[in-house]
Order: sequence, then structure tokens, then C-alpha cells
Amino acid sequence: MTYEEVIFYVVAVPTVVGAIGVVTARNVVHSALFLILSLLSVAGIFILLSAEFLAIVQVLIYGGAVTILVLFAMMLTRVRDMPAALDGPQRPFAALAAGAFMVVSIFSMVSTEWPGDTNKINVISIQQIGNDLFTTWAVPFEVASLVLMVALLGAIVLARGEEGE
Amino acid sequence: MFLALVSGNPWLESLARLAIIAVLVPVTVIILTWVERKVIGRLQMRLGPMRVGPYGTLQGVADTIKLLTKEDVRPQTADRWVFELAPFVIVVPVFMAVVAIPFTADLFIQNLTLGVFYFVAVSGLSIVGFVMAGWGSDNKYALLGGVRAAAQLISYEIPLVMAIVAVAMLSQSLNLAVIVGAQEDTPNIAFQSLAFLIFAIAGLAELYRQPFDIPVAESEVVGGPFVEYSGIRWSMFQLGEFVNLVLISILGSLIFLGGWQWPWSVFDESVPVVAQIAMMAVKTAAFILFFMWMRASLPRLRIDQMMSFCWQLLLPFALLQIIINGLVLVYDWPNEILIPLSGAGAAGAVYLTYRAARATGVRYQPGYQTVGSVL
Repeated sequence: MTYEEVIFYVVAVPTVVGAIGVVTARNVVHSALFLILSLLSVAGIFILLSAEFLAIVQVLIYGGAVTILVLFAMMLTRVRDMPAALDGPQRPFAALAAGAFMVVSIFSMVSTEWPGDTNKINVISIQQIGNDLFTTWAVPFEVASLVLMVALLGAIVLARGEEGE
Repeated sequence: MFLALVSGNPWLESLARLAIIAVLVPVTVIILTWVERKVIGRLQMRLGPMRVGPYGTLQGVADTIKLLTKEDVRPQTADRWVFELAPFVIVVPVFMAVVAIPFTADLFIQNLTLGVFYFVAVSGLSIVGFVMAGWGSDNKYALLGGVRAAAQLISYEIPLVMAIVAVAMLSQSLNLAVIVGAQEDTPNIAFQSLAFLIFAIAGLAELYRQPFDIPVAESEVVGGPFVEYSGIRWSMFQLGEFVNLVLISILGSLIFLGGWQWPWSVFDESVPVVAQIAMMAVKTAAFILFFMWMRASLPRLRIDQMMSFCWQLLLPFALLQIIINGLVLVYDWPNEILIPLSGAGAAGAVYLTYRAARATGVRYQPGYQTVGSVL
């Protein structure tokens, strides 16, 4: 086993363990903490693929911001007192949807033609990422920021409406 | 023999560098706790610690021994794993951030191309630790403190990052060594005085020290997330706080004050390593003293003042600095034009803060209204 493989398993095991923890933990806050573990380990896999920029963005956005907001929302609601609310009569539907999604993912993974063994990984510099993002991919980039903007405004409108009542 | 063995193997070399940091950092923190008590004592016309050792110099050592031998108490209803892991979640990212910091031109653990970016991303992770500590303690004050910490640290991270982005624009790099190299003639504080002001304030808030000690305010939330911790776990929070103080100070001196460069080219060719370390120490110490001075002289902000100060003042001014930099870069204007522009922005920010601080309070009107503007 080369040392790349060792490192791969060192980061892959927490990813899977975290992902399983998210769905099996009885406590929602524990689920969110497992989610952080899983997402941070994915950053490790990105580093292994020489995608340092992506890895740092993963840590910054998912590790430092998104999951904190999830935790924040859960701490303001009293999740601890009602652990049973996690489960319900919709369980078979959820299982069906999850199973179908798994089948589709496995099918697309098997049917895709992967480029095969790569001996050399092209390291893409941050300058190149910046250039592509603001020239070739400028429109999708702007659309994404527009979607975020709408979500933000929607949240403000909802919060304001409650306050006025 | 040992040195030859270590310098040949990249794994052993990194390990040796990490080991040096792991020993040096706690020693620095022990010294800093004593320095802080002395400085604040002098600012309040007291002597500070005087009993242990000459001028109280061994106070930090005595405190450390006390903390390490204290009983480690865990509340019965606390969430065991979340409670016990929280101090590590705070301390580990702080130590990870040390990896990207160059201390002189050649003295660093790892010279990362995305150094500043890495620093910001990793230090943002410790917020999770505050939330974990606050929630896991099963204590209302701890929970409130955890929520406050998350709100404050996430909010002030944005202007902090924007100020760093402004500097990165000017230096055309995210590599800390390159950013310092670009300041050979003039430190960035001259061109980016507005960004420097925002960085200093947001840095102070990221360190949750007075006047931004809202998450851990003794008289409001009795110590916040740390209320249930004692002994070695509490001292880990303290360790994290002080390492962060040093890190923000080093980062500030690297990106704004010119790092290890000497002013007025005192040394003709290359600066000797000892002089570089001395310069870094002086600049970092200036930053640390500034943070301690603020702590001793300003009263605590109210939580709504803290929030609106960030979103209504620091963030727009940070964007203004970025727009100014963008114009200068796109139209190839000389850098000197940044001095008056950024200076005017800084003056405007200071004036608005001063006006808000002097404004008399408005009587609270029940009902629908705009909330908590400080301006």
C-alpha cells in the first residue's frame, strides 16, 4: 500500500463514519456534529487530489459557516426535549426515496467511463480558477449569487412578517 | 547527525518543526498571561501580580500548576462526548493555523500558496467548539453564551476576511511570504489604512476580549460557554484564546506592518535572521499591547450595538475599500492615490463610530420599527 492509499483511508473512514452517524444518531445536535466530521474529511480527500482551493473552501463554507448555522437554529429550538419527532409514519416513503437515489448513484457511477489511472495530477493555480470563474463561467456564478440573494431576502421578509403581527 | 537525519526526510522535518511549535506556543501563553495581568494592572494604577517570584514573574507558572492539578468536573446531565471534546475542537484549529504563519523569510512550518485563505478557513472552525461547549454543558448561561459566540464570531469574520482580501488584492497574492515581500518600500498600513482599522476592530471581536466580550461576559452570562468547565479543560480554552491573540497579532503585523522588513532600509542588502525575528517581535508586541490596552479602557458593547456595528459600519466600509482597490488596479493608477482615498474612508468610519458613541439614546417605541441601528 502506497502512502497515498494510507492517507486516503485515514480520511475516507471518518467521512463514511460521519455520514452513517448523521442518519443513525438519535439526537439532532449529534447528527449535525457528525455532519461536520463528514464534510471536513471530504476536504481531506480534496487535498489528496491536489485541489487545495476546493479543500479550503469546503472547510470555510461547510465547516465554519453552514453547519454552525444549522447548529444555531437547533439550539434555539428545544430539540433535546423531543427526540421522537425525528421518526414518523412517512418512514417507508423516506426509505423508498433514499433507496432509489442510491440505485441511481450506483448506476451512474458504474456506467460512467472513468479516465482510468492517472500518474500525474495537473495542479490548477488559484489565478486560473479566478480567471475561469469570472470570464467563462461568469453567468452561472452570478446566477448562483442571485439565488443566495433571493434566499436571504426571503428569510428577512418571513422574519419581518412575524414581527408585525 | 540528528540534524542531518531530520533535514533529509520531509516527514521528519515537518514533525520536528511541529514539535518546536508545540513546545514554544504554550510557553509563550504562560508568559502572556503574566504580561496581560501586569499591563492591565498598570493601566488601572495597580501593581498587578507581585508575590510569586521577583515582580510576580513566576505567577504564570504557579497558575499553570494550579490549573493542571485541579479536579476535572463534569456536570451529571452534560452530554458527555460533546462536553469533553469541545475544548479540543477549539484548540486544534488554532494550532493548525500556526502551520501557515511564517515567522521570518525562512523560518516557517509550511509555506502555503493560499496561506492567508487557509488561516481564515481553519480559524473559523473553532466556532464549532464554542457551540459544542455551550450546548453540551446543559446550562442555560452556557447555551446563551454559545449562541452569542456563534453569532459574534461568524459576523465579525466577514469584515476581517474582507480586510484581508483588500490587502491580498494589493499584493496580488494569498501567500503570506509574498505579501510581506511586496511591502519592502512601504508597509500596507499606509495604502490600506481603512482595511487596517477594520482588521484591528474585527480582530478584537474575533478574540472576544473587552469591549467585545459579549459571549463570555461575567455579569451577563457568567463566563458563557466555559461556565461548567474547570481545571485542565478550562485552561485549554484559555490556551486557545491566547494563541489566537498571538496569531491575529502576527497576521496583522505580517499583512499590514510589513512583517520582518525593517523600515528605511537600515540593512543594505539582506536582513540577518536575528534582526528579522526582533522586528517581528516588536510589531507583534505592539499589536498585543494594543489589544490589551483596548481591554483595559473600553466598556462592553451591548449585543445589538455589537451586531449593528459589524453589519452597518464595518462591512460597508470593507466593501468600499475593496472597490477603491479594484478601481486602482483596473485603471493602473499609482498606488499613492490609495493613501488619501483609504485615509478618507478611515476618517469617515472613525467619525461615524464617534457620532454613534456620543449619540443620546432614543426612547424605545413598542411596535414595528427598525431595530438596533447605531448610526
